[in-house]
Amino acid sequence: MKIEPKQIEEAAKELYIRALKLLPPDVKQGFDALAKSESDAGAKRMLGTMIANIRVAEDTDNLLCQDTGIPIYNVWIGRGVEVDGVAMKEAIRRGCARATREHSFRSSIVHPTTRVNEQTSTGRGVPVIHVDFTDEPETLAIEMVPKGSGSENNSWLRMAVPAEGVEAIKTFVVDCVLEAGGKTCPPTIVGVGVGGTADLCVHLAKTAATRPLGTRCDDPEGAKLEQELSQAVNMLGVGPQGLGGDSTAFAVHVETAATHITMNPVAVNMQCHSARRARATLTPKGLAYGF
Amino acid sequence: MAHHELRPPISEAQVRLLRVNDTVTLNGTLYGIRDATQIHMFDRGRKTRFDLSGHAVIHTAPNVRRVEKSAAHPAGYAPVCIGTTTSDRMERFTLPLMREYGVRLVIGKGGLRDASAAAFRELGGAYVAIIGGTAALETTWVEAIEDVDLDDLNPESLWRFRVKGFGPLLVAMDSHGASLYAEVKSAARARRAAALARLGVR
Repeated sequence: MKIEPKQIEEAAKELYIRALKLLPPDVKQGFDALAKSESDAGAKRMLGTMIANIRVAEDTDNLLCQDTGIPIYNVWIGRGVEVDGVAMKEAIRRGCARATREHSFRSSIVHPTTRVNEQTSTGRGVPVIHVDFTDEPETLAIEMVPKGSGSENNSWLRMAVPAEGVEAIKTFVVDCVLEAGGKTCPPTIVGVGVGGTADLCVHLAKTAATRPLGTRCDDPEGAKLEQELSQAVNMLGVGPQGLGGDSTAFAVHVETAATHITMNPVAVNMQCHSARRARATLTPKGLAYGF
Repeated sequence: MAHHELRPPISEAQVRLLRVNDTVTLNGTLYGIRDATQIHMFDRGRKTRFDLSGHAVIHTAPNVRRVEKSAAHPAGYAPVCIGTTTSDRMERFTLPLMREYGVRLVIGKGGLRDASAAAFRELGGAYVAIIGGTAALETTWVEAIEDVDLDDLNPESLWRFRVKGFGPLLVAMDSHGASLYAEVKSAARARRAAALARLGVR
């Protein structure tokens, strides 16, 4: 199966638009679950407004949140797929810029020191593009995540040492949730990376934060941590918007990787309640959009 | 827990009537302000031609569309999606906004810290919380972009919006020293030990 850059460009453009406007069904279900279990009246009202906003965005064909985020594209190339990798990355960049221009999206991307905004949602190294492989035959999947800054600004890495054990990981996550307070637009998905190198650990945290709600870490040790930490952070009472309540996090997600005998790294990256993402799948049957 | 319908500019006496957990709905003028706007105003000596005295500012950088200037779009911009950003990054600008420009209300999300609480207490101001991430809804409360200043900073320009039924919003920090964020933060820190015990952390 040969994939042309034009198809990728079109998908990259459409994915940015869809991600900004349509919240994935698992996140909507997450809202319904929190709204049911929330015991604080003010927090319940706030969750109700957040749910109403999802409907208003759909009814008015508008963006869920004004923050167009840092655009991230995750690409998985299946077996038997022929694609020019360099052309693919250029096509993603073009699609991202076209969505911004053609739909009057706010370009949220500036040079880190001059702060110059090219008004295209692109810049040096942005969009962030990750390319990986899958054993799915004749499939190329692209996930788009417009990562909001309120949650991204609350990201942490701690290079704990082996003598501190798993307790260091647990304590760190609880302290990060306390430190974030209302700044991350809770309820959040708390993404936790455990193990790896410093950079891999942070990447794992991002993967965890942007994983669909209801999914589990495929490492049983990670899955156990997810369950324990989800309960613990929701005991803190930070609540929606940091204004109190039971609904601090939809869930804590954990991703793990092996690490060095001398290392015990832990990273936290959060996703706000507007946990946006969109997915395109290219197969011989054509292009399909989903989440 | 009173409800206040406000049409800025408002007086110090009016803002001192606001108490945390009260609600506010705004009508009329609302100014949009952001990191770069305030960095340029307070660190780089730039001035705005707008009179912010007695007004409300909201922490925002909107999505807008350039259009022909008309009665409906006097600034040549149509709103696309207007929402609110995290206030905490702009903590150090609350005092100069109030002292140099006479701002009375800051609307934002996630809260401000002690220096802002002190400014609200001393000069007469309040922080009003909007629910972050609900921009599609918020946009329906904005009638028009009436004017814009410092537009070379776009999207972090200084925007003048005309709003109708903008709310209800929650008074989260008042001029009497109360802050819902500080209360929740302190209660959450008090629960830290119990959360760690649940996790089996000694």
